[in-house]
Amino acid sequence: MLIRLEHIEKTYGTPEHPVPVLHDVNLTMREGDYFAIMGPSGSGKSTLMNLLGYLDTPTSGRYLFEDTDNAKATDTQMAKIRNEKIGFVFQSFHLLQRRRAWENVALPLLYGNVSKKDRRARAEEALKAVGLEDRMDFYPNQLSGGQCQRVAIARAICTNPKLLLADEPTGALDSKSGQQIMDIFDELHDRGMSIIMITHEHAVAERAKRMLHIYDGVLSGGQAE
Amino acid sequence: MLENFREAFDGIRSHKLRSALTMLGIIIGIASIIAISSTIMGTNEQIKENLVGAGSNVVTVRLYQGDYPFESAWAQTPDYVPMLTDDTLMAVRDVPEVANATYYMQRDAYGQIYSGTKALSAGTVIGVDSAYLSVYGYTVRAGRGFSDSDFTAFRKVAMIDETTSAALFSGTNPIGQTLEINGEPYTVIGAFTRASAFRPTVNTLEDYFTYNQSTGGKVLIPAATWPVLYRYDEPRSLALRATSTDAMTAAGRRAEELLNATITQENPEVRYKSENLLEQAKNLQELSSATNRQLILVAGISLIVGGIGVMNIMLVSVTERTPEIGLKKALGARRRRISAQFLIEAGVLTCLGGILGVLVGIGLAYGISKMSGVPIFISWLIIAATVVFSFVIGMVFGAIPAYRAARLDPIDALRHE
Repeated sequence: MLIRLEHIEKTYGTPEHPVPVLHDVNLTMREGDYFAIMGPSGSGKSTLMNLLGYLDTPTSGRYLFEDTDNAKATDTQMAKIRNEKIGFVFQSFHLLQRRRAWENVALPLLYGNVSKKDRRARAEEALKAVGLEDRMDFYPNQLSGGQCQRVAIARAICTNPKLLLADEPTGALDSKSGQQIMDIFDELHDRGMSIIMITHEHAVAERAKRMLHIYDGVLSGGQAE
Repeated sequence: MLENFREAFDGIRSHKLRSALTMLGIIIGIASIIAISSTIMGTNEQIKENLVGAGSNVVTVRLYQGDYPFESAWAQTPDYVPMLTDDTLMAVRDVPEVANATYYMQRDAYGQIYSGTKALSAGTVIGVDSAYLSVYGYTVRAGRGFSDSDFTAFRKVAMIDETTSAALFSGTNPIGQTLEINGEPYTVIGAFTRASAFRPTVNTLEDYFTYNQSTGGKVLIPAATWPVLYRYDEPRSLALRATSTDAMTAAGRRAEELLNATITQENPEVRYKSENLLEQAKNLQELSSATNRQLILVAGISLIVGGIGVMNIMLVSVTERTPEIGLKKALGARRRRISAQFLIEAGVLTCLGGILGVLVGIGLAYGISKMSGVPIFISWLIIAATVVFSFVIGMVFGAIPAYRAARLDPIDALRHE
């Protein structure tokens, strides 16, 4: 199993006034799966995403990643897991405006202490995978929104992560660009990438192999059938 | 590491005006430190140069009335101050720190020295023994020095220095010519010059009083002919050459004791005192350093104010770049890396401020020098030290913002738009 969530609870707020966000979330995911999680805003899907991406820790329950429980991981170890195992794609791209496309892509490699020569080579490879190898030296403000998101995807995959987490990847794009992005996800899935995508667009969610729904912190369809 | 510096420069470049204003405090602080230290060191260097020029290690011991040199032109020598004898001179010469010593008599001669229609406006007449030239390290430039017969035969002959020669005999050969001291004709037999050129730079009144004994025209005459011009029982002064510059103070003090031992009254009003150029120069140096050290302290405070400005702006910068920090953390950047980025940015900012401050400070120092005539000395060591110090200030005041950036929760940071 790539991922196993067991009775995950997440509560925000103070002990006197707890605000439950996730309640008894269970999920199993095999390597190479492609999930879409749908839910209205405030349903807890971003919180789930943060837990899966080691940006946050659950209040209770177990989270096994590659059959390993990282609950006791330090800040530095979490950074290492994020760097090596997980690729993030955000709704608003989060590209550094003063860096060229390839430098943005290579950013996680910098934190993984990859040499500069290898960084460029691997960034080029990742950009080729999203069809932007001819835009390597462009700055984000010279690229369209769709191209920016493709650069962001290249950044997410250039470390060969185990899991790709996408938070509303098409949310800021027109439908044509969104279509392109979805095609790229399909392609990545075909090549064996495990993907979890958050969206509230049904058409987008349908491209995934499995659709999960989250309402008021309760996830349905999380167990493998 | 390189990436951190690059990010620092990027950050500074993207907010040029803000960075410049932030640097201003550092620039002002460093500039004032450079300007002040340059003038201090300039003054000290000049004093040192003047001393090296003085070279001859001569200490004079003269009669003083209270704090002022005893003026035999105006006052009768007190009875309790007997004429110094050759025995005392021998005793002084026997002091280990003393290389040579001689007696002399000296009077200022304003407008008393003439040759034809030309006058020496400021000059000194010195009655000397044969040892005088060697004690002071003077050499005969033209003509001859005093011979024994000049002393024994009371010959009215004189030796003059360059200043006197230029003033009275400009262009012509002074040897054999006659000059008039206090109405008495003296024949110039020789011209003397210093072995090493002594041209003290005089900027302040203190400098003037320190070095003036060595400036102005000098006319040497045999001490034997002194009574012809002045008084018979004129008190003698002593000039000694110490074995080294460091020995000057000790030699002067020993000679002072020996000479004062001849005075027959306890706690006399008139007594011998040694005049030591080295000591006086050191005092001057101390004075200028002490006042300016306080100025540097004040400038240091302005650096701290500048540092707080840097801290302030770095905190703003952290808030502004919260999403960026969040992204970097999500991509696997560790806390150390995030804090290094902000530390280095603060350091680079203040370091740039420091470099600009050095440039402004050098300009300021030249300006001060131009206006007030105070010499300056630009020290590479001080420049390097201030630039490094300004970098350290950045690191110190960047610490809190950097810590805050490193502790940011990546989720909150990413959500921050």
